[in-house]
Amino acid sequence: MVSHGNERYFDYFINILLILLAVISVFPLLYVFAVSITPYSEVLRNGGFVLIPRRITFEAYKALFGMDAIPRAFLVTSFVTVMNTLINLVLTVLMAYTLSRKHLVGRSFFIFLIVFTMMFGGGLIPTYLVVKGTGLLNTIWAMIIPGAMSTWNVLVVKTFFESLPEELFESGRIDGAGEFTVLLRLALPLSIPVLMTIGLFCVVGSWNTFFSAVYYITDPGLNPLQVIIRGLLLSSEQMEYNADIVLPTTTLQMASVVAASLPVIVVYPFVQKHLTKGMLIGAVKG
Amino acid sequence: MAHFPAPLNTAAMPKSAYRAKVWKRIWSMRILYLMLLPGVAYYIIYKYIPMYGVLIAFKDYDILSGIVRSPWADPWYKHFQFFFESPYFSQLLTNTFLISLYKTIWGTIPAIGVALLIHEGRSLWLNRIVQTLSYMPHFLSYVIIYGIAIAFLSETSGLVNRWVVEAGGNGIPFLTSTAYFRSVLVGTDVWKDLGWGAIIYLAAMSSIDATLYEAARIDGAGRLRRIWHVTLPGIRSVIILLLVLKVGSALDAGFEQIYIMYNLQVMPVADIIDTWVFRVGLEQLNFSLATAVGLFKSLIGLVLIFLSNKLARRWGGNLW
Repeated sequence: MVSHGNERYFDYFINILLILLAVISVFPLLYVFAVSITPYSEVLRNGGFVLIPRRITFEAYKALFGMDAIPRAFLVTSFVTVMNTLINLVLTVLMAYTLSRKHLVGRSFFIFLIVFTMMFGGGLIPTYLVVKGTGLLNTIWAMIIPGAMSTWNVLVVKTFFESLPEELFESGRIDGAGEFTVLLRLALPLSIPVLMTIGLFCVVGSWNTFFSAVYYITDPGLNPLQVIIRGLLLSSEQMEYNADIVLPTTTLQMASVVAASLPVIVVYPFVQKHLTKGMLIGAVKG
Repeated sequence: MAHFPAPLNTAAMPKSAYRAKVWKRIWSMRILYLMLLPGVAYYIIYKYIPMYGVLIAFKDYDILSGIVRSPWADPWYKHFQFFFESPYFSQLLTNTFLISLYKTIWGTIPAIGVALLIHEGRSLWLNRIVQTLSYMPHFLSYVIIYGIAIAFLSETSGLVNRWVVEAGGNGIPFLTSTAYFRSVLVGTDVWKDLGWGAIIYLAAMSSIDATLYEAARIDGAGRLRRIWHVTLPGIRSVIILLLVLKVGSALDAGFEQIYIMYNLQVMPVADIIDTWVFRVGLEQLNFSLATAVGLFKSLIGLVLIFLSNKLARRWGGNLW
């Protein structure tokens, strides 16, 4: 038999490990933030470890946003995020609603059409040629249109529409509403939670836009935030390597990392519930 | 009601009448098809035309001539042969498989551990805080992850190396040495998804029948024994299923992460099929070769997906 006292120690032990887990998850970002606001002289003096700096400075952020590229990149990324999410939601809802109508002639053909793309694709170069052929190369739309839909989202929303009671749609039709009105007035208001979930994933995904820019954008003025930040990280990392000296740009780098992740970190706790739900929708289906 | 007639009774009708009826039905649903149009257009243009574009894997693609007028490769498998016989072939395949395997193993075990911790945690508010904090890194981009890796592991300015130097050692080139780079890749990836990966195991644990725990308790099993004999067996099928499904993406070693973090020095251990295709295609502009290698990867991926789905289904009878 296990005594009650043992159980209590077990609880303490679990709680300590849980706190450790929380620290592991947060500490790296806190450290990055601390470096970004610490005068470099102090970082050096303390052997690199500063979690609560004695003097703080926002010079790095001033320098960062003083660079031409950064505010611009914020604009580009914001535009891509908003447009990508809107387009994604509209296209997804339209397609998911249609495919959820069981009487649609050719329904299974269309479903196969989209599901097949989850298993096989033309690959990088053929897709690049299509993006080029449709005139998107080196425009902001290259970061929006080619990734405008995700089969996964369509299936999730379609399954949701199918779970709504058929009587609901019938009642709408008896009142003489067309399909589009039924979707807009009856189905959409009920599907706000699921749209919230896929919308938020879309927001995070497009905020982190990186590859579509690497593939399709050569005009530096159109580079999104992630590409600019990587450029910052890379350039001085290499300088460091070559010249064997530490440039005070480390502070700047860390400031850029904080600036790029801050929007996600600030918004995240408020929407965490929706995001976690998304993971579970995926898990049950997958 | 006009939009949805009852299912067609096809047996009793002559063919022409049937066809007329189908068309009438399609016409009656024209609004739906109109709503479907943008999505289908997207899939055709950005998903299916590239599949047709795969043809250039069998041609000597010339940008000026386009896909149709470029001459066929001679022999048709020229680019595939070049790749298979090149020294990159075994290196790329090894790197891809190894990194993907390491990520699977080192991603699964800690995630199960984290799920156990949260499952066993008796303090609701602590659980909630820990969950919120540990899910967060999942939403950071790999560029951010790379920035954090530099903060800790950079040879000159990284925190870890400051400590190493202070302790009298020499700086360790974690990010630029073949000895450490794969571990850095796997480690940062594990950190990113430590909490997020636990969600699914946690869900599986919470669906375990509570009477099993009760019975174990009456039999005198302590907390550890209940974990070992009830919780872990209870999620075994989920663990197996997830591992089997991973087989389907065995060739996806994490293009984004590797592309963002790798450099010339670590190329021998970090170059994977995807990064190679990217360089050959978009940097060296050898479109045909890159497409051929990409196609090779897609085809193997297709086989793996079918294989893993089949396995999952075979064991799947009592999975959920």
